[in-house]
Amino acid sequence: MAGKEAYITGVGQSEVGVRLPRHPLLLTVDAVREALDNAGLRLDQIDGVFTYPGKMNGYTAFSPVGSEDLIEVLGIKSKWHMGAMEQPAQLSAIGMAAMAVKQGVCRHVICFRTVYEAGGMADPAQYMSGAKQDTVTGSSQWTSPFWATSAACWTAQYAARHMHRYGMTREQLAQIAINGSKNAMANPRARAITKEELTLDKYMSARMITTPLCLYDCDRFSDASTVVIVSAGDALDEVTATPIRIAAMSGSVDRYSWDQVEEFAAYETGADLWTRTDYTAADVDTVQFYDGFAFLPITWLEGLGFCPKGEGGRFIEGGKRIARDGELPLNTFGGQLGAGRLHGFGFAHEAVTQLRGAAGERQIGGDPKLAVATSGGGPMAAALLLARD
Amino acid sequence: MNPPRPKPKLDQENTAFWTGGGQGQLNITRCGDCGEFTHPPRILCRHCQSENVAPHAVPGTGTIDSFTVNHQPWAKGLEVPYVIARVKLDGAPGVFLTTNIVRSPVETVDFEDKVRVTFEEQDGIFYPLFEKVA
Ligand SMILES: [Zn+2]
Repeated sequence: MAGKEAYITGVGQSEVGVRLPRHPLLLTVDAVREALDNAGLRLDQIDGVFTYPGKMNGYTAFSPVGSEDLIEVLGIKSKWHMGAMEQPAQLSAIGMAAMAVKQGVCRHVICFRTVYEAGGMADPAQYMSGAKQDTVTGSSQWTSPFWATSAACWTAQYAARHMHRYGMTREQLAQIAINGSKNAMANPRARAITKEELTLDKYMSARMITTPLCLYDCDRFSDASTVVIVSAGDALDEVTATPIRIAAMSGSVDRYSWDQVEEFAAYETGADLWTRTDYTAADVDTVQFYDGFAFLPITWLEGLGFCPKGEGGRFIEGGKRIARDGELPLNTFGGQLGAGRLHGFGFAHEAVTQLRGAAGERQIGGDPKLAVATSGGGPMAAALLLARD
Repeated sequence: MNPPRPKPKLDQENTAFWTGGGQGQLNITRCGDCGEFTHPPRILCRHCQSENVAPHAVPGTGTIDSFTVNHQPWAKGLEVPYVIARVKLDGAPGVFLTTNIVRSPVETVDFEDKVRVTFEEQDGIFYPLFEKVA
């Protein structure tokens, strides 16, 4: 049975920071080494490299390292590699790796996401050379001409509509960022990002970015690499760490156009996830939800059925339920709001760490066995259900 | 003084949309076979895949489905705050436009407000903005 399954066998992460002097390729190698040690694997056992979105020439701060870079510098004898943006959100690289090991194409796959957006801002000539264009093309032509330049402007409209329709308040929404800051304080890697706990007062008086999203509702540019190793079930005897099974996964996109979707893809993706497993939302011990903006976890809570549609604000009210000692610990490492905009992979990393009981100061109680990790928001999303058998 | 708006690169699919304002028209791609609308515009119908599609002048009125008051200057010199809205278009079922609501104080803009198009021309592009209907 295990032979037909896909497992996460190792996780690793580089130093996390803002304007790190270390080259993004070296950050990536740091994370790879940690993940290999974590799994108990050697580099010569790796035969696949998957990443999202792949190296982006002209916007290298967003994605400075490609799968081919790693294959070159680490001497990986790869059977399959992939870096591509046209996929259902960041964690789809892990989903693709799971398909590759189930198909028998690969045995142990390095999946990674490296970001250098803070460092890139400091050196735009080198890292942001594609930012200067005379015209806008593709999907950005439908938003940028109206100065809806950031995904914050797109997400904010759906957050505002949720408040209008269902009565979610800013005090409720604040709990996502407050919870993230609390958890980040217990995460050594997040200390370069969060130095003190966010209070409700501070949140409510913060500068507004685009209503209803204030400064603390938006993640911040950071530099780091995160690695997840996906292994075939019939290769687990080569691994020394506790394997975490990918019990189910789902992804979706309805329209690619942000402003044409009626609701975010977390709803479709969330519903789909439960059609592929016998587990239910009630079995889940912790959730790690993509929070590039504070509104997104609300859509995941509702989309995955942890509360009815429209009830996300009330579900998180006061913050106790989603705290580390609450009934549904959420973003126990700080999420992106507290631990940096590492763009997706941190959620899978933390889910695995919690399920192994290896989260140290921030470890949740209750012997957790099942976790959900998600990525994305807006028109596309992906979710992983992770189990310690 | 605001910086110039980002300029769309005109092509076979989008030209009627971005230049229709020159004739006072808000053009949305419509299918000659099934009658449905495709936006963003493409050279085939997203409902029936017919290639018999053409720009169709819609009334230019609509309703604010959602909006945000943007306070962050995303470009140097950009005047804030301003309203970004998702407008549900009359006469083109299923089509929404991201746009700006202009000529009203930002605090007077609300959900369900009725709006109508007003074009802002810049360098041959007619940007469809919307203003509240009195
Ligand atoms: Zn048609």
